[in-house]
Amino acid sequence: MKPRLSIIALTIAALAAGAALLAWPRSTWPLLAVLGVLFGCLTLNHHKPLRFAIALALLLFFIPAAGTHNTFLFELVTTMGIFAAMSLGLNIVVGMAGLLDLGYAAFFAIGAYTWAIFGSGQASEFMSGSFPLPGWPFFYTFAALAVITGALTGTLIGLPALRLRGDYLAVVTLGLGEVVRVLANNLDHPINFTNGPQGITPIERPPIHWMLKPLEALGLKATPALAYSIFFYLLVLAVIGIVVLVNVRLDRSRFGRAWVAIREDEIAARSMGISLTHTKLQAFATGAAFSGVMGAIFAAKQLFVSPETFTLLQSITILAMVILGGMGSIRGALVGAMAVTLLNIEVLKSFSDFLIHLRQTGFVLNLGIASYNFANLSDQIEPAKYERMIFGLILVLMMIFRPSGLIPERRHRLELGEPKKGACQDTNGGACGPA
Amino acid sequence: MSEALLELLPSVLLEGLLLGCVYAMIALGYTMVYGVLGLINFAHSEVFMVGAVAGVEVYRYLGPHVENPYILALLALVIAAIISGGLAMGIERLAYRPLRKRGSTNRLVPLITAIGVSFFLQDLVRLIEGLWHGEFYMNFPADAQMEALHDLPMGMSIQNKSILVIAVAVIMMLALDHLVRRTRLGKAIRAVAQDLPTASLMGIDPDKIIGRTFLIGGALGGIAGVLFGLLYSQINPFVGFVPGIKAFTAAVLGGIGNIYGAMLGGLVLGTIETLGGTYLFFLTGGALGNEYKDILAFIILVLLLLFRPQGLLGKTQGEKV
Repeated sequence: MKPRLSIIALTIAALAAGAALLAWPRSTWPLLAVLGVLFGCLTLNHHKPLRFAIALALLLFFIPAAGTHNTFLFELVTTMGIFAAMSLGLNIVVGMAGLLDLGYAAFFAIGAYTWAIFGSGQASEFMSGSFPLPGWPFFYTFAALAVITGALTGTLIGLPALRLRGDYLAVVTLGLGEVVRVLANNLDHPINFTNGPQGITPIERPPIHWMLKPLEALGLKATPALAYSIFFYLLVLAVIGIVVLVNVRLDRSRFGRAWVAIREDEIAARSMGISLTHTKLQAFATGAAFSGVMGAIFAAKQLFVSPETFTLLQSITILAMVILGGMGSIRGALVGAMAVTLLNIEVLKSFSDFLIHLRQTGFVLNLGIASYNFANLSDQIEPAKYERMIFGLILVLMMIFRPSGLIPERRHRLELGEPKKGACQDTNGGACGPA
Repeated sequence: MSEALLELLPSVLLEGLLLGCVYAMIALGYTMVYGVLGLINFAHSEVFMVGAVAGVEVYRYLGPHVENPYILALLALVIAAIISGGLAMGIERLAYRPLRKRGSTNRLVPLITAIGVSFFLQDLVRLIEGLWHGEFYMNFPADAQMEALHDLPMGMSIQNKSILVIAVAVIMMLALDHLVRRTRLGKAIRAVAQDLPTASLMGIDPDKIIGRTFLIGGALGGIAGVLFGLLYSQINPFVGFVPGIKAFTAAVLGGIGNIYGAMLGGLVLGTIETLGGTYLFFLTGGALGNEYKDILAFIILVLLLLFRPQGLLGKTQGEKV
């Protein structure tokens, strides 16, 4: 399609989808249409200001307006935003610097516990002072602090791990990610830091009475729950904005180029004067910092943290987002996060509900030659419970058929695609990796 | 108190030896694949798990018909070895070979594929077991004859099934040693591990040899799964992860790519872990309990990679430009 034609189509689609969402805020299809338009905004390559305006209109007008009738919209988009920030962070580590980190959820956990411990009565278990700390100004202080604790943990984990060759790094980060989870699970004795498997609740939220007046001016009598949904939605959007900006700037900076250089060829990069350990540590710490701040926000939003949230599955979910979108691609990381989150909390659940409905009503599928009574369907078939299978399949299929992702980064596509003729002939189809 | 601990030591070491045998058997699969492909095959922990599940199924379906518990265990071992070996070969054929054929030089691609296969298999087995039996937590049935105790000197005692585990592990390792050192296939595997392009010039079909390597490593993993089930009884589709990563640690400990290193590393790691699991609690006055024994393996892995990345038996390799 011609550039002008496609942008006009996108604008019309945005207006139609937005209007449909306002008309039927509880229905799934308008929501999918709006998300589709957002995908479009991210994937098109031209008319940048206009695409930006369309995305802003959807995010700041249509979705919030519909969200006041259906808070699930806020929940969904906020979760997408939290994961988008993390997939952007992991994208720096895996995509740009080419370091496979399988314990990324650990940094999320560090950020979450940073605020959870001090924003609840938990801290009085091991130190004196009056806890929980009040949400203002301490939530913001600790969110900023979570950036630092995240980056610090990244550096600490990175220091031993990054001196290793690429594939060992994967195992070590996998192990250290588990270590953080086991610690969170067991540090309730001898001194109770984390309250162990029970987790920590309730966690303080920042006060939002300042938001009620403007909302009332917009003609909205918001309940506290709704007001908090709107608050976290806007907060996450703002943080995502900052994170994307930082990513874009980093990508084009000396750091970004150094990361790509070590990804492409460590030895060549080194001989160009790039310090490997420093550069890798920077990538690790930067990626971890994004995850840390989102952890703190997540803790306040959920009011509850427990070690169960920070499993290997969580790390793999974020990895699947990066891989699906395209390693090294910022737009890809956003698209991947949106798609996987949507799959995770909306599509699979709806599909499960649909199957349960078919089973309960005893629907009979008649195909002429064969018929199937859904009442016989085993209750083991519940797509929402098989995330591992789905994410595993995403990883394998993407690697086999489209390793550079849905929205490939230009350099990566060149690298991962078909090699030039003769480049790899001598191995007779064997492993063609660097020695 | 220290005397009581000392008295416990021989039994703890024996326990460590048993665990070490299982780790060593799994570690062989990691190390052989790493030897020929330079790939950490994350899916190997699921090959191990499938072996254990296959063993449970054999017990479930053949148990009522076979009187002798040893013959039953042997049947379980053989069938698990076949299924796991076939699975490992299938994984190589379907997931890893297409990547090699594309000739991508990116090291992350096969690793990410391996992780994906591993996760996929966990839920696939869960789904199959769920559809088949309505639940996916399984048990190896207890057998009085297998659990009969023999007294050993120094206050130790050993169960019949433990003797079986050690015997199977030793026989399999000797067989592997023979295969790798004395047969044509073993020679071809060593050649491919040493230099794949040159081996292929010498008339060795690398794809075939890589497939056979996966088959052998997978079969050993499946056997390890049954041994694990005999020792610890409880099996589920997610049981592979922790032993898998520990066995990988064992492979690195011994020097990855070196099959004798994997055997040694497995035994050493099993012993350290059992010692740690027993004594950590006493040494720290109850502050750190048994739950930290899983961390122990990771800490060993990190320290090892920092200070002796080539492992106990490995040689340092320079990186070629």
